Amino acid sequence: MSGSNETELAGLLRAAIAGDEKSYAAFLEQAAIMIRSFVRPKIAHGAIDAEDVVQEALLAIHLKRHTWITDAPVMPWLHAIARHKLIDALRRRGRRTEIGLEGIAEVASNHAPEPLVRRDIERVLDMLSPAQRAVVAAISVEGCSIAETARRLGKSETAIRVSLHRGLSAISARFRRS
Amino acid sequence: MDTNELIRAIAADTGRPGMPMRRAWQIAVLAAILLAASAFLAMLGPRHDIGEALSTIRFPFKFVITLTLAVSTLALLRALSQPTGAALTRLLLLLLAPALLALAVAAELLVVPPSLWAVRMIGINSLSCLTFIPLIGIAPLAVFLATLRYGAPRRPVIAGAVAGLLAGAVSATFYALHCPDDSPLFVTVWYTAAIAILAAIGAMAAPRIAQW
Repeated sequence: MSGSNETELAGLLRAAIAGDEKSYAAFLEQAAIMIRSFVRPKIAHGAIDAEDVVQEALLAIHLKRHTWITDAPVMPWLHAIARHKLIDALRRRGRRTEIGLEGIAEVASNHAPEPLVRRDIERVLDMLSPAQRAVVAAISVEGCSIAETARRLGKSETAIRVSLHRGLSAISARFRRS
Repeated sequence: MDTNELIRAIAADTGRPGMPMRRAWQIAVLAAILLAASAFLAMLGPRHDIGEALSTIRFPFKFVITLTLAVSTLALLRALSQPTGAALTRLLLLLLAPALLALAVAAELLVVPPSLWAVRMIGINSLSCLTFIPLIGIAPLAVFLATLRYGAPRRPVIAGAVAGLLAGAVSATFYALHCPDDSPLFVTVWYTAAIAILAAIGAMAAPRIAQW
């Protein structure tokens, strides 16, 4: 996960933190590509869906974006989050990791193997409260804006924003427990 | 929901950026000091001869040690609360306070006759030290663990232990105002043991609390 686009990515994330949705989407798309290319070679045997790790990492980037120091490089920060989520996924599945971090391999091998369960984010969506599910599905799957979703569901934009944020936090927590 | 759909949902959630970690730590430190001060004043209060004690060498030096520990562990803890973690060289900060204390012990052994070494080390207040430093430090520790939870610590066990050291340093700074045992020999044994209790609690609690 290296690249010469450090400056561009940092600029996008800064704009995103200031509230610019388009920059945020562009940032997340590039981050997803980098995380995918970091994760895939390390789980070649298919016990884990690389895309699950990518999604978990994107959620962590989002929920922990206040831990990025805005004048520090963004790549090492992205890399650290991706690695944390990869190790977490490997540990949950009780597999050895070859990432070469002190002590992590031991931690991983201490856990009994769990049956391989392919996590399905549709099922994760089903575990949200009906109100949160309606909001998250409208925005993600159907591509509605906050305003459109508010009109369609007959709620205020503030209520939609709160449901969306809580929904994303709940999905992230579910990922961690599954 | 595929990854592009998830990105759409995340990008729409731009309304509430949390406060930066820098600010979170400032608030945490302030809260920890206030909580420790209230617990200290409620349970102990400063010793009565504090005016005279201030003109000695040993009494003020207790604060050099505890404040050095507080400042160095705070710097380390702030780095440890980030996903990128702390560089190994930063861990050297942990040696600062013990090094100062070692110098003080050496000086004490030079000026105090060997027959008094054990007396100075055991002191009169060891049980109170072991009780009150953890008691005053537990609320600050809770504050620091909550701040770690707000952050994204890469190594939660180490981060939790350092949070315990910082809570212990804050607590010991107040406790030292009360304690009549000022010898570095006493500080080395009993303050260290009391602060280690908080560090152990922090190391055990952090992986559960600060999971992300």
